[in-house]
Amino acid sequence: MLILHCPYCGVDADETELAAGGEAHLKRFGPGSSDDELHGYLFTRENPKGVHLERWRHASGCGKWFHAARCTATLEVFGTYKAQVSGPPQEIRDAISAKRPGWSWREFS
Amino acid sequence: MSTRLAKQGRLIDRSKQVTFTFNGTTMRGFEGDTLASALLANDQMMMGRSFKYHRPRGVVASGAEEPNALVGLGEGARFEPNQRATTTELFDGLKAASQNHWPNLDFDIGAVNTYLSRFLPAGFYYKMFIHPAPFWKHVYEPIIRRSAGLGKAPDRELVDADTYEHFHVHTDVLVIGGGVAGLQAAKVAASSGARVLLIEQTAHWGGRAPVDGGTIDGLSPDEWVSRTLAELEAMDNVTLRARTMGAGVYDHGYALGYERVADHTPGVPGPRHRLWRIRAKQIVSATGAIERPLSFAGNDVPGVMLAGAMRDYVVNWGVTPGQRVVVATNNDDAYRTAIILKQAGVDVLRILDARKEGGGALADEARGLGIRVDPGKAIAKVKGGKRVKKISICNQDGVGGAREEVEADAVAMSGGWSPVVHMWSHCGGKLIWDRANAHFRPDPDRPPLGADGKGFVVAAGSANGPLALDQVMADADAAGKAAAKAAGFAAKRTKAPEGAAMAENAMEAVWLMPANAEVQLRMKSWLDFQNDVKVSDVQLAAREGYESVEHTKRYTTLGMATDQGKLSNINGLAILADALNADIPQVGTTTFRPPYTPISMGAIGGEARGEVFQPVRKTPIYDWSNANGADWEPVGQWRRPFAYVRPGESVHDAVNREVKNTRENLGLLDASTLGKLIVKGPDAGKFLDMLYTNMMSTLKPGKCRYGLMCSENGFLIDDGVVARIDEDTFLCHTTTGGAERIHGHMEEWLQTEWWDWKVYVANVTEQYAQIAVVGPKARKVLEKLNAKAGGGMDLSAEALPFMEWRDGRIGEFDARAYRISFSGELSYEIAVPASQGLAFWEALVDAGKEFGVMPYGTETLHILRAEKGFIMIGDETDGTVIPQDLGLGWAISKKKDDYLGKRAQERSHMADRDRWKLVGLETVDGSVLPDGAYAVGEGVNANGQRNMIGRVTSTYYSANLGRGIAMGLIQHGPDRMGEIVEFPGTDGKTYKAKIVDPVFYDKEGAKQNV
Amino acid sequence: MSKPVSALMGAAYDGIVRVEECGLQGMITLRGDLASKPVAAAATGATGQDMPGQRRANVAGQSGLCWMSPDELLVLVPHAEVGDKLAAMTKALGNAHSLAVDVSDARAMFRVSGANAREVMAKLAPVDFAPGAFGPGDFRRSRLAQVAGAFWMEEDGSFRIICFRSVADYVFKLLKVAAQPGSAVGVF
Repeated sequence: MLILHCPYCGVDADETELAAGGEAHLKRFGPGSSDDELHGYLFTRENPKGVHLERWRHASGCGKWFHAARCTATLEVFGTYKAQVSGPPQEIRDAISAKRPGWSWREFS
Repeated sequence: MSTRLAKQGRLIDRSKQVTFTFNGTTMRGFEGDTLASALLANDQMMMGRSFKYHRPRGVVASGAEEPNALVGLGEGARFEPNQRATTTELFDGLKAASQNHWPNLDFDIGAVNTYLSRFLPAGFYYKMFIHPAPFWKHVYEPIIRRSAGLGKAPDRELVDADTYEHFHVHTDVLVIGGGVAGLQAAKVAASSGARVLLIEQTAHWGGRAPVDGGTIDGLSPDEWVSRTLAELEAMDNVTLRARTMGAGVYDHGYALGYERVADHTPGVPGPRHRLWRIRAKQIVSATGAIERPLSFAGNDVPGVMLAGAMRDYVVNWGVTPGQRVVVATNNDDAYRTAIILKQAGVDVLRILDARKEGGGALADEARGLGIRVDPGKAIAKVKGGKRVKKISICNQDGVGGAREEVEADAVAMSGGWSPVVHMWSHCGGKLIWDRANAHFRPDPDRPPLGADGKGFVVAAGSANGPLALDQVMADADAAGKAAAKAAGFAAKRTKAPEGAAMAENAMEAVWLMPANAEVQLRMKSWLDFQNDVKVSDVQLAAREGYESVEHTKRYTTLGMATDQGKLSNINGLAILADALNADIPQVGTTTFRPPYTPISMGAIGGEARGEVFQPVRKTPIYDWSNANGADWEPVGQWRRPFAYVRPGESVHDAVNREVKNTRENLGLLDASTLGKLIVKGPDAGKFLDMLYTNMMSTLKPGKCRYGLMCSENGFLIDDGVVARIDEDTFLCHTTTGGAERIHGHMEEWLQTEWWDWKVYVANVTEQYAQIAVVGPKARKVLEKLNAKAGGGMDLSAEALPFMEWRDGRIGEFDARAYRISFSGELSYEIAVPASQGLAFWEALVDAGKEFGVMPYGTETLHILRAEKGFIMIGDETDGTVIPQDLGLGWAISKKKDDYLGKRAQERSHMADRDRWKLVGLETVDGSVLPDGAYAVGEGVNANGQRNMIGRVTSTYYSANLGRGIAMGLIQHGPDRMGEIVEFPGTDGKTYKAKIVDPVFYDKEGAKQNV
Repeated sequence: MSKPVSALMGAAYDGIVRVEECGLQGMITLRGDLASKPVAAAATGATGQDMPGQRRANVAGQSGLCWMSPDELLVLVPHAEVGDKLAAMTKALGNAHSLAVDVSDARAMFRVSGANAREVMAKLAPVDFAPGAFGPGDFRRSRLAQVAGAFWMEEDGSFRIICFRSVADYVFKLLKVAAQPGSAVGVF
């Protein structure tokens, strides 16, 4: 039963108010993309034991989507941040680095 | 015999007698008794029978760890099986019955198993019931099921008479356990200003300390507990809760408290149980320790008890379990029991101390009272069936020979104490092996981790390892301060209370008594009392190759009883370690899982039962429909009328009547459940062009367009009519089940992908009651309303053509009318504010009388749309169907570069000519095709099954056409018009149907365009 | 014009708190840049209330502003005035990118009042209702058992709850269970 801080309404939300939305920062591939690109976009997902970036929605709350940087093994939360970015902001990366030096996730580290 | 003592009993009120029954016999106890103590006071030592061998079993413990004394409590709608007598507070009129025997407790047929026990070793079931395979289903399983299971299930016809509830609470520090450690930890944490919640599973505060003696700050434990309680009660930031068990600790400081509000006062208004859903920044686990049994032959005979429990019965409830007691121990603590018994006037025959050096100061005190102390001695065997009769005594370091026998009626045993580490371990706290005390205790360096990556559970007092009162108080004080600090508060620098207790000699691990007991003794040395697991079973498992403690647990069922190994765990794994020639920490423990003791299903469900089991969504017309024959159909959480059944009619009759009437006269459908989403902004058109396969941006204000939505994977997810309200604003209709889902879908894309697009979305589904007025006389009834009440909306074909909408007044209602049709008839879908929905519906019913108006339900809706070949999301689609499969290519814009799902629909498999495509199906004989039936083609697949070439997606009886009609997805279907396809039914028949055009009725669409 | 009715037509229940459906209440969803002048002008103009801060509600009687999310307010006005207020708001909003829409009839409103109001709420929503954590003017969107709900506390310690109209009956029955006699928790 996680608690995640919603960066929009400021609530430390109980997991029962939240809906999980899978992996963060997927890049959309539409018409004109290769089969491999489409396959990666639709189906290939990270499954790390450790640092993970994911999407959540404050569904039974303010309704906003946000991102969480989280350790899948210990459930430690390094930070949550707004949805309108294509990658984790620097302060989130720093927060992860402070706890998990040398981490990397997809193209981010 | 076990009996009430003349004195003692700190928890009972002898002035208040209570009457109860056990197996129909009336007995008496006192207020403050547990059922167990009251039964003992009535000399009812035997309280049940074991699970496998049906051996007579008496109470062995005095609290939550009790494995034997399980009873069925109450009767009728309040009956509940498997309740521990030790944790059941006695009340007047309590009715209890023992379990697991037939025909009665004293004489039980199933007890024959005990004589067969050497044929029923560990893994017997696994080994025996494998062959021959067919026997399992028809012979073995029915027999095993009949003899398995504890207690009786409540009567399935009766509904639990009680109510339950949840309660959410947030706290800085949660302290679990209201013994002296918990009280002290709560007190210091609270003095820092932190919000503190202290919960205790029993009805009393102070835990064991008042029984075990010693002093705290010079006070007796009872006095100290009273003083500390008063201090805590005076603090505004402290909540104290007795009868509330810490059931489980979960991620990020979530914990469950199980409050037994009214178990002791059945029938009193209010919830029976309350589940506290606690969010704590820090949790102090002050759950104390549990005494371990000793493993000797006959340690399960009624009358053999944990030494601490026996002490509890004397001190707390003024009951002695026996008159002639032998004490067997490997530590000093059990001497306290001997001393207390002796002081209460009970004959203590021997203290058998397995340690060669014997005990310390407590042993001296016992000797001073005239009790014989025998160091280095052990119990070889307890004799007796339903009650302890004789004890044979041997040397601890032998095989059990050279015995001496004494006549006794009770045995107090102590194998040492194990911290209750459940709350520490539930969420991943690790343990270390404490060799000196022969137990696992929390490893302070590896606590369960919270959201910040730091530990959020602190163990306090004997739950952390220390057993002596001075160490317990110091440890609890430190734990309370640490928890406050970790929760962000500065604890006051106060001195820890000084506990003082008599010094004790070191205990000595004794896993088997005597140490090298021969096999006949080991076969009667019980580890798990409830599940009948013996020392010899664990040793057998080890010999058969079970090395993992988790595997051994499942193979032998050790620790799988309702007490979840609270007594058996450490002893069992010590035996396993010995048999494997390994160290105990190497073997490790099994996983501790919540709940700590079983909690009621009612508490888990909370308020969600009966009328509020789940939400039922109702439209403004619900009550009217309910009063007018609605046969309800759940559609998601909505309830929609399937049909309006008249008296004397079957549902099928009603549907046929509604279907014909709507085509011939006038039908009304409550379509309020259809989703309605407002999409507004300068980029709204661009946005909808991405969401729908159609081009929506070109739609003109005042007009409607049917649209399809796909997922990025290309599959259809929803459909509906889009109306353009003005240049910036669209209203998108979704399916009944789709409103929230599609609203979420829109928000997701707007928030996470196209966040720079200027679009706002609002869900206005429930703002409107939307009523479909359908049939040849639809316009007439609306015009009549206008004529009657002066509504101004022009509903003529010229003013409001098909696929357009208008705002205005119809009759006395502000309305928006959409000329859209899901039936192929002349049809208006009219939205009015929900607050006037019922009035509008009633006005239509009233005005429609002369036109033969009838309300119709979802089944008629389905039949009418199927007659017209209109698809339904969820029938024609199942998450694997793309618009192209359904002949909806016309609704896919060729002009757009992109829409959600477009790229995925270009994949080779999506463009495959062999995909199953939508067609109409007409049975050769006019019957109705079975829903979901598969069409079979030539040849067989790799599994020897007929090749499938399609399936039925919708199938109905059409009263208008007088025959069955269906739609289906068939391979190359549109190219095979007129061919006959076979559909084997589950009824053994094969149905033959002709492939036809999916539009069965009014192919030209003349009826809707009038 | 036909007489509008609320979902439960003012149903009430007395247990450890008083639960009452509040009848018709005008509600307008206003989405836009809350920091922008036109949005603020539309909202404050319609209600006479100040713009609310994050998770706050400024409400007096049937008029008020509730903070729903960073780009959404719930505007409360008397039910009979919704049409006029909406028109005035639309005018005030001018060309600003925004959305103002009548949702009065899409909702039901309840009042929970009495000394045990906090506890009744805490039985249904995963929210900290302790006096120091939730006070008058505080507003939350959360869930009430199995459905979405929004609520705020009034100066007198009572709560007002908004849920969807279709689940008004469910929420009323939920509140009745939570308010049943003998169920006071005795914590807040």
